[in-house]
Amino acid sequence: MGEISDSLGLALQLIMALDADLREIVLRSLGVSCAAVLLASAIALPLGAALAVSRFPGHRAVVILLNALMGLPPVVVGLVVYLLLSRVGPLGDWGLLFTPTAMVIAQTILVTPIICALTRQSVEYLWGEYSEQLRSLGAGRVSIVLTLLWEGRFSLLTAILAGFGRAVAEVGAVLIVGGNIAHHTRVMTTTIALETARGDLQLALALGIVLICVVLAINAGAFMTREYAQRSGS
Amino acid sequence: MLSDPAADAPDLAQVEATAPQPPVAPILPLDVNGLGLDLPGRAGVLADITFTLEGGGICVVLGPNGAGKTLLLKLCHGLVRPTRGSLRWSSGQGRNGVLRQQSMVLQRPVLLRRSVQENIDYALRLRGVDTVERPRRVDEALVLARLDHVARRPARALSGGEQQRVALARAWATRPEVLFLDEPSTHLDPVAARAVEEMITGICARGTTIVMTTHDLAQARRLADRILFLHRGRLLEQQAAGAFFAHPQCPEARAFLRGELLG
Repeated sequence: MGEISDSLGLALQLIMALDADLREIVLRSLGVSCAAVLLASAIALPLGAALAVSRFPGHRAVVILLNALMGLPPVVVGLVVYLLLSRVGPLGDWGLLFTPTAMVIAQTILVTPIICALTRQSVEYLWGEYSEQLRSLGAGRVSIVLTLLWEGRFSLLTAILAGFGRAVAEVGAVLIVGGNIAHHTRVMTTTIALETARGDLQLALALGIVLICVVLAINAGAFMTREYAQRSGS
Repeated sequence: MLSDPAADAPDLAQVEATAPQPPVAPILPLDVNGLGLDLPGRAGVLADITFTLEGGGICVVLGPNGAGKTLLLKLCHGLVRPTRGSLRWSSGQGRNGVLRQQSMVLQRPVLLRRSVQENIDYALRLRGVDTVERPRRVDEALVLARLDHVARRPARALSGGEQQRVALARAWATRPEVLFLDEPSTHLDPVAARAVEEMITGICARGTTIVMTTHDLAQARRLADRILFLHRGRLLEQQAAGAFFAHPQCPEARAFLRGELLG
């Protein structure tokens, strides 16, 4: 018991002192996940909205598949990206394996279905309300999609934050494609796994505390966004 | 809260539509011939509807709830495709060209989650009105709707009557030749309803032909120049408003005017 509280004390000291290693790892973690979420949003928002307002044969199957992809196991995504990027893989020439870029790719694949499925859900709900009005105003397909994305901006922000929470907290994919290399591809989750295994609890605990704070802040942000949206009548 | 201070509002007649009308061929009169509509599981929701809509004035589609008034409006506007019969606008333009010269305000106005003026501007952008003309049209529409004092407020935070006027302003800003209104004041209190009615007559006075539904007899008497009386999906009577209210021809219309419930 004493050892745990000692470690906790040391962990808090590391955080207070803005320890250089700690800061580097936290910043890389946030950087990789932000980049992945930005990329994923660029793909998933228009795709989800288009899926919500269009009907084609196999539409239901696509929606079901998309919802299923929300639960993609990170280690499997890591494995697939690893195979693609490894020297003998089809994209091996790019030399991306064990780089932050590889981690961004893996997290993008992980997060895109989440944002896409949540976007489809909220845009489809909006479309039910708006479709006659927008058709009456004479909106074309592209402006319908853009309008609905903007109208749903608050719930879409929640979807994006959900994606970010998933990305920043997962360990399997980034561990496999990043390799947890010190000062290069080490992020919060992989460091926690490694340091715990080595018995160095203080850095692991410090990172754990930061990680929980980040996830808390994201959820608080999502909650307050919804509150603001309801209050302002928009 | 009463947010419709009619007393100190500007006289509607002072608000002029200064925007030059683009030289386009008029789409009226509209010839509706043998129009019929089947819905899944409900055949003959509308049947054998024939009338001609001339330009000018307010044409009221009157009838009890469930008569098919809303669907008739949506058919004319182009939101619903007829199962039988034809709708022929006078100009030879395609469907898109016709749609650009008419607007519709739905029974529950759907306002966008943005400010009042951005709501109006949005409709103008979709119609391809240029950036010089747009702010002027927005201002004119706001003045006509007596909403200039809430131009920057989120549209959805307004009262029901104000929201309906935003929807009317947005529809009028596009300078439609025909404006379809579905039960424009059904959910409103009498003061808000009066403000909406004043706006409707104001829009009509500026040269837009109005086609509106109502089940409210008093409102029909106040506004209508012409009546289309609809009952159970059939067009039972079409007359000038004065003649209709003085001498209704069919027994259903007489019963309706006496305030009897029509089954």
